Amino acid sequence: MGELLLMKGNEAIGEAAIRAGCQAYFAYPITPQNELGEYLARRMPEESRVFLQAESEVAAINMVYGAAGAGARAMTSSSSPGISLKQEGISYIAAAELPCVIVNMVRGGPGLGSIQPAQSDYFQATKGGGHGDYRLIVFGPSTIQELVDLTGLAFELADKYRNPVMILGDGALGQMMEPVEFPAMDEVTLPLKPWATTGMKGRPQNVINSLHLDPEDLDRHNAHLQEKYRAIARQEVRYELENQDADYFLVAYGTTARVARNAMHKAQGEGHRVGLIRPVTLWPFPDAAFAKVLDRARAFLTVEMSAGQMVEDVRLAVNGRAPVHFYGRTGGVIPSQQEIYEALIKIIQGGEKA
Amino acid sequence: MKQLFGPPRALQERPTHYCPGCTHGIIHRLIAEVIDELGVQEKTIGIAPVGCSVFAYDYFNVDMQQAAHGRAPAVATGIKRVLPDRVVFAYQGDGDLASIGAAEIIHAASRGEKITVIFVNNTLYGMTGGQMAPTTLLTQKTTTSPLGRKEGQHGFPLKITEMLALAAGAAYVARVSVHNPTHIARTRKSILEAFKTQIAGRGFSIVEVLSTCPTNWGLSPLESLKWLEENMIPFYPLGVLKAPGGEGMK
Amino acid sequence: MERVVFDEERCKGCELCTAVCPQKIVHMSDRFNSKGYRVATVTDQEMCTSCTLCARTCPDVVISVYR
Repeated sequence: MGELLLMKGNEAIGEAAIRAGCQAYFAYPITPQNELGEYLARRMPEESRVFLQAESEVAAINMVYGAAGAGARAMTSSSSPGISLKQEGISYIAAAELPCVIVNMVRGGPGLGSIQPAQSDYFQATKGGGHGDYRLIVFGPSTIQELVDLTGLAFELADKYRNPVMILGDGALGQMMEPVEFPAMDEVTLPLKPWATTGMKGRPQNVINSLHLDPEDLDRHNAHLQEKYRAIARQEVRYELENQDADYFLVAYGTTARVARNAMHKAQGEGHRVGLIRPVTLWPFPDAAFAKVLDRARAFLTVEMSAGQMVEDVRLAVNGRAPVHFYGRTGGVIPSQQEIYEALIKIIQGGEKA
Repeated sequence: MKQLFGPPRALQERPTHYCPGCTHGIIHRLIAEVIDELGVQEKTIGIAPVGCSVFAYDYFNVDMQQAAHGRAPAVATGIKRVLPDRVVFAYQGDGDLASIGAAEIIHAASRGEKITVIFVNNTLYGMTGGQMAPTTLLTQKTTTSPLGRKEGQHGFPLKITEMLALAAGAAYVARVSVHNPTHIARTRKSILEAFKTQIAGRGFSIVEVLSTCPTNWGLSPLESLKWLEENMIPFYPLGVLKAPGGEGMK
Repeated sequence: MERVVFDEERCKGCELCTAVCPQKIVHMSDRFNSKGYRVATVTDQEMCTSCTLCARTCPDVVISVYR
């Protein structure tokens, strides 16, 4: 056991990235994730690694492309408007199959929106985000310890599948402090990357590319990507299921899941049989969690800090076998335990139609 | 008999897709000759842009990355920062570098990134069919300035290389041309100096090469060389704008 | 042996090489390669001084020069 440290979410990601062997981090300031860049501005040089503040989010993600293509474990971070700017680069990175980690500490949108926590980038994160058929592996951590653990896993899976991984947090997770434990500094063995452009000493030319002008060639490349995504969907689904035998289920991720759990406890205290499905991977979405409870579940209530995004995946997973309700707040408002509890009780009492 | 001149090793055997008389081929060969001369083929990483030279990874026989439109200096930065002992060059056209990639090139120069940029200026967007670029000359006709570029409507041509010479991080900045053998030799020398500047760790280096586009200019290859000499050079004067240890033409 | 050797299949018939020869011996032939380009050539090899200007001007690495 290592020692427990009290750390802010944004800083904890930074330290976790260092422990995971992140060799290069490219920053651009945007609230509410600045502490991550500021932390790494200090820590990366201490470890003789690369910290660079880019001229824009666009440049930062393309620096990640270059560094990842050169074989380094690379990361960038931003918040919603900045992540929108990175989408072109993320599409190229996915197409060229470069491993990297992208942190999105989501804030309210659309547009410049607010600087308060939100979950309204779920569509963008899980459905591709940029142009073309591609997927990111998307994590929705709910505690600071989980931020740390999933940051390590993000680098590991990025390399394993040669795919970008997104950590979809929110402003609240980035700012809150909790005790965390980190893996030791020297625990990670970096994998060999024979495909990387490091100079062609002793081997033929390597090329990092996403251009496939021949239609058959691009069709084959896309088939290869889809096969990889199917493998990820088979092997990397992660979720938490509480009270599998319940009648009603709350569905929530990230910060919202913490409040939803409290609402569940309150309802349980009133004698209701309520459970919680908390997706940890937002893509691949944990359909399996729903399959486990569909035989007896009477209804689902999806709670999000959005106008209703993940609820669409919940409906696909439930596939009409039970009513799926939604409760959401936007703009930086975190749904309260009482609000969620009341929405749930309405459903239980039959007063609410899906 | 001894071979005096043949294909450089850092160039692949594959023929290029460039139009007849397009000077991209000359510039590719000069870069490859410089890589050979410096003996750095096995430690060089090139970046291909978006534009006519997007397939540069098929022509250079070194490790290559293909970059998004205008982002080659950022990609080059990412590579060089994690592999500081390698030689990293970006190959960019004028639409790619001076328009959509203006921010990336200025900040790479300003940071003094130890990379080399070969900036091929043919005054328009070639790959997409000859549209106006920031470098298009006044009165020059393109498909998006069909009556000729007018300052009031389209703005003025941009001398971005002069701007880059002002950047403190830029160590070697030159503008050259490939319109005749003398200037081809000078271009080779400039590219060599730019690579040497990088290898010596002196900072950012860029060589703007005035180039032709016979297809979109609607001229024969030989007429294009004459057009370059008579129209481009007066507006885009040749010379070394900045060099380590002193400025000006050497 | 020839001093100037043209890899004719690579030639695109752009004629740039014909303009730079100090001996004026590089000219367009009557031959076409498989891509349909009329290829450049040197018939009077004895006149060649192996100055390499044609090869250095060629955009398509068609020409090798020997002495």
